[in-house]
Amino acid sequence: MTMESGSRRKALKFGAAAAVGALVGPYVTRSASAAEPIKLGSLLDGTGALGIEGRRMIQATEFAVGQINDHGGLLGRPVKLIAYDTQSSIQLYTQYAQQLVFQDKVDVIQGGITSASREAIRPIFDRSKTLFFYNTQYEGGVCDRNVFCTGTTPAQTVDHIVEYALKNWGKKVYIIAADYNYGHITASWMTKFVKDGGGSVVSTDFFPLDVTNFSSTISRIQEAKPDMVLSALVGANHVGFYRQWAAAGMKSKIPVGATVFGLGDELTTMDAATTDGIITCFGFYNNLGTPNANAFVKGMQAKYGPSLTDLGELDTATYEGIMLWAEAVKKAGSVEQAKVVTALETGISIEGPSGTVKMDPATHHTIRNAYLARPKNRVWEILQTFPNQFPSDTGGACDLIKSPRTNKQFMPQV
Amino acid sequence: MDLTGLLAFNVLTGIATLALITIGLGVIYGMMRIINLAHGEFMMLGAYTAVTASTAGVNIWVSMLILPPLVVGLVGLVLERTIIRFLYGRMMDTMLATWGISLGLIGLITSIFGNVVKSVQMPVGSFAIGQYHVSAYSLVIIGVGVVVLSSLLLLLRKTRFGLILRATMQNPAMSASLGVRPAAVYMATFALGAALAGLAGGVLAPISGVSPGMGGAYIAKAFITVLGGGPAIIAGTGLAAGLFGFINEIVSFLSTPVIGDIALLASAIVLIRVLPQGITGRFLRRSS
Repeated sequence: MTMESGSRRKALKFGAAAAVGALVGPYVTRSASAAEPIKLGSLLDGTGALGIEGRRMIQATEFAVGQINDHGGLLGRPVKLIAYDTQSSIQLYTQYAQQLVFQDKVDVIQGGITSASREAIRPIFDRSKTLFFYNTQYEGGVCDRNVFCTGTTPAQTVDHIVEYALKNWGKKVYIIAADYNYGHITASWMTKFVKDGGGSVVSTDFFPLDVTNFSSTISRIQEAKPDMVLSALVGANHVGFYRQWAAAGMKSKIPVGATVFGLGDELTTMDAATTDGIITCFGFYNNLGTPNANAFVKGMQAKYGPSLTDLGELDTATYEGIMLWAEAVKKAGSVEQAKVVTALETGISIEGPSGTVKMDPATHHTIRNAYLARPKNRVWEILQTFPNQFPSDTGGACDLIKSPRTNKQFMPQV
Repeated sequence: MDLTGLLAFNVLTGIATLALITIGLGVIYGMMRIINLAHGEFMMLGAYTAVTASTAGVNIWVSMLILPPLVVGLVGLVLERTIIRFLYGRMMDTMLATWGISLGLIGLITSIFGNVVKSVQMPVGSFAIGQYHVSAYSLVIIGVGVVVLSSLLLLLRKTRFGLILRATMQNPAMSASLGVRPAAVYMATFALGAALAGLAGGVLAPISGVSPGMGGAYIAKAFITVLGGGPAIIAGTGLAAGLFGFINEIVSFLSTPVIGDIALLASAIVLIRVLPQGITGRFLRRSS
């Protein structure tokens, strides 16, 4: 294998030039093509403990992208959906997040369900400056220029649940919550609102996401004799609490308010004796009756079948998050992260299924309607409407216009 | 006073739950010294049988108490004939084989039913202990636990089948020379253990969510109770379930279910240290 050193040098030079050409080539050829699709990445749990909620959000994502493409796409380009099922596994969240950013090179990410998953992938998108929309209702407080949260926060919903509870049920509160960041912070918010309203918290218990047996908890609650139970339990295993609570005959004894109940298929799979009377507060219920709400439900049913009756805030916020992003892209005339962020910070507003949804420039959260409701015979009974709720969880501490470098999650001071 | 009643009831329920979870594994391990790592999945199959039957309209009690043991017993029989019977006496190999069976069952159920959590309707209501309310289903669990343990005891002590079972367990070679076919006995025992695991899964289905991975939560407790119980199947399971169930429920009540599980594990560690052969390794050694 002897070669003349001269021709070996030539081969090396040619090889290096070819390699550089191969690396640079895509960038050169890409800018030449104008009808290349805009890529929208989606990270949602289609299966696993969050699968019941996640699969509807996946359908809402497909529905929204389909609608955008039916109206001619964005900026003359079609929107291509690249979705991964994260199977309720944080490991898959980070893995697919990296894949979406570095391999698929998406222009925006719409996704994340549990707060744990959001916090796992947020740094990845911050580092790569990939625009991230988190559309799930959560414990509030995220202040990050690259992130836009469209779900409701405690200042928009939990305070109304506590207000209703303190007025109608009494002053002694027993809090039960899931044992991770969402549960802990929501429990802090509940404690703060209860104390501000003149009530007292008897006890706060936390349960890891895989706990299914709540019999000792139910005994403990009875022993403490509270006027009500406020629940921030999450996921398919914790739903067993409501079943066991009803089975122990506690429904008529101590009322329950819950922050994550009815977002999945609870009303269709559980019987009315288990679900009736649990107070919830979300940004959307499937029987609001407004034209936009009906159009959304009908559109989803047309695409996925008439049995799709359990649509909730998670699905509409997913849809509204994508539509807000689309509006911003149209306003900015580009999908570049910096330009879209600037467009969003001018206060974009859309008419979504839940009503008017406006992006607040300073907090990167939405000003939206909230509704207080409880199930009655497997149908939501809307008790109160709260229009244009401001996301005041950070109390003004989060101002991304004045301090765009802020990057943290604010917690309540209890 | 009411509180004591409530606690006592919770403790009994906890003991019965633990006994039901364990007895299937105890039969297989006690008789054949086979470490059945697919025990949790047998329970899962029983739970899925209950879910499928009850959604198909079968009476809830039939679909929880009768169908699961039959179905899972059949599954156990098939698995024993095809896989397990070639591996008697080879502990590592049976562990590996049953581990593979457990993964295969999880995958099979996931492909058929999807990775979602299903539920079974709670068939009974509640009743009162003084001023406290408890689910009457706990009575069902206690009842089933008592019936299972006592009928198993009767089976082993009073019937010819039980005599053959115990003889083969003690000395397979001598039983063979007396005309017993150990292979048939092992087959029957494995099917019985699987059926008991299926029954446990069916009975516990209304309490927990039914999902393909639910077996994993039970297998650890079942193994701990079997090893803590010792060589005698029924007495060992009963005593170990009694001890661990008591500790688990009391501590769960005083703090949270997670601390209750920690207390159960800690007491198991202490027990194995003090009595390495399990409870019936030292006491009640001649019972079954």
